[in-house]
Amino acid sequence: MSPELLALFWDSFLETLAMVGTAGLVGALVGIPLGVALHVTDEQGILPHPWLSRTLGIVINAVRSTPFIILLVAVIPLTRVLAGSSIGTAAAIVPLTIAAAPFIARLVETALREVDRGLVEAAQAMGATNLQIVTKILLPEALPGIVAAFTVTLVSLVGYSAMAGAIGGGGLGDLGIRYGYQRFLPEVMLLVVLVLIAFVQIVQSAGDRLVRKLSHR
Amino acid sequence: MGSPTAGLAARTDARHTMIELTHVSQHYVDNQGALTHAVRDVSLQIASGEIFGIIGRSGAGKSTLVRSLNLLHRPSSGTVHVAGRELTALSPDALREARHEIGMIFQHFNLLSSRTVYGNVALPLELAGQSRTQIREAVEPLLELVGLAAQRDRYPSQLSGGQKQRVGIARALASRPKVLLSDEATSALDPETTRAILDLLRKINRELGLTIVLITHQMQVVKQICDRVAVMDAGRVIELGSVLDVFRTPQHDVTRALIGDVIAHELPSGILERLRKQELGAARLLRLAFTGDEVDRPLLSEAVRRFDLDFSILHGQVDEVQGQPFGSLTILTRASPATIAEASAFLAEHGVSTEDLTAQLLPAPSGSSSGASAPHLTLLRGDAVPLATEALNRVA
Repeated sequence: MSPELLALFWDSFLETLAMVGTAGLVGALVGIPLGVALHVTDEQGILPHPWLSRTLGIVINAVRSTPFIILLVAVIPLTRVLAGSSIGTAAAIVPLTIAAAPFIARLVETALREVDRGLVEAAQAMGATNLQIVTKILLPEALPGIVAAFTVTLVSLVGYSAMAGAIGGGGLGDLGIRYGYQRFLPEVMLLVVLVLIAFVQIVQSAGDRLVRKLSHR
Repeated sequence: MGSPTAGLAARTDARHTMIELTHVSQHYVDNQGALTHAVRDVSLQIASGEIFGIIGRSGAGKSTLVRSLNLLHRPSSGTVHVAGRELTALSPDALREARHEIGMIFQHFNLLSSRTVYGNVALPLELAGQSRTQIREAVEPLLELVGLAAQRDRYPSQLSGGQKQRVGIARALASRPKVLLSDEATSALDPETTRAILDLLRKINRELGLTIVLITHQMQVVKQICDRVAVMDAGRVIELGSVLDVFRTPQHDVTRALIGDVIAHELPSGILERLRKQELGAARLLRLAFTGDEVDRPLLSEAVRRFDLDFSILHGQVDEVQGQPFGSLTILTRASPATIAEASAFLAEHGVSTEDLTAQLLPAPSGSSSGASAPHLTLLRGDAVPLATEALNRVA
């Protein structure tokens, strides 16, 4: 592999990192509160609001059921406003975040549902406010589950980011398609796949280790 | 309500009321859309410093009732007063404030798995916005009190059931409550641990003057630590009185059945069947209930000598309730009504109550309807002969 190609490879790797990292982080910042909202507004939640809960659920399902490649182009007007352009790595981060947030929200909701209702009852008996129940009981108790959810999301984002090439987002996936597939360079394709496998392995095992460390059940 | 023993009545009257429920009802619509009455028109008062038991079978409504005391379940109607405040009239903020005065412990402990023993006990103080120093000063003595100082940095998953409940108790006490609610706190524990936890609750009751309301389905728990008890069935309080009175003169079949778990109160049905088949003529079946000091006194032999009483002992037991000896003896006698009346009067004078159970000797209504009053089927070997009086007379 030529030095130019290697440099390109490195740049692509950094683009993937930027896309997955930023979309994961912003997705978590939006998705965790969304997941909490889904959980607390549920009929069995601490702030039942079935109408809001159902609306949120429908929106989240709608985003999640839209194929990412379609989402990528469907949100271009919004991307232009947020990223200033509809092409490039920054532009790819917008649809990636929009895909990640509802994904995280659902996983967080599931993690919160695993928290024993008795703990919430105990906190209420202690005179906790709803905000305290969320911050002192639900989130800390669900933290291992939330970390696991975040790990799964990062891994999924690696896959999604491969499609970012469609809007010039770059990244390893894009490199693999353009050089490995379209220019018949099987060694580039192989390297892309191997690096992605290693990346996903590292993310997953780091996530698992953190979950084990946080979990005291 | 039975007549409380003089001492207890005086003690209760001298204290002010800590908890008052007035016409509390709780109903809700279940998943199938049916209206369910969990609690029906319950009114009761619990004195400051009392250990008050609420017992009933599962589904009797006791769990809902205890949750109405801190409004975890808001009653559909009726009022709840705790420590001089009407909880049912408070704003949400004032109610949260009032809940600091009501600690609660749970059957499944409900500890945070993400926090250590120390962190769990500190939680209510953190929620109340206390400083780290204040929290440390409050938590450390509590860990000492419940005997968990050495486990302070362990996580709940590393503790035994009894230790978890101790953490639960320390946590409930952290906000210095006036009332402690116990929701089947010993039901998930083995008998030995149960005893230790109940001893701890009693110690807290005595040392901190805490009013304790505990719900349970185990009469053993009531017998060990409660002052008074309310028996619930189908959402209603069907019996309420001092534990001693309820044990001595249970009014309802439900109560008798619950008591039967710890004290064989009823005449075994086998004995009854056998007696029914015999030609008993004018014989009377009597149950004598002893409490307190009379248990030790030779009252019965005195009665035998004095009234020339002849009887056979069918069934009897002596146990301890509320730290007081408590016994009952079921006898069959052919003495004349006049002699029985005289003897009962003599015994009553010395605090032994006599209950005439002769009606039980009438043939049971068809089928196996001896039911709740005689749950055990045992066979009586040998005749019910007045061996006991014979022996007494010989000695005399």
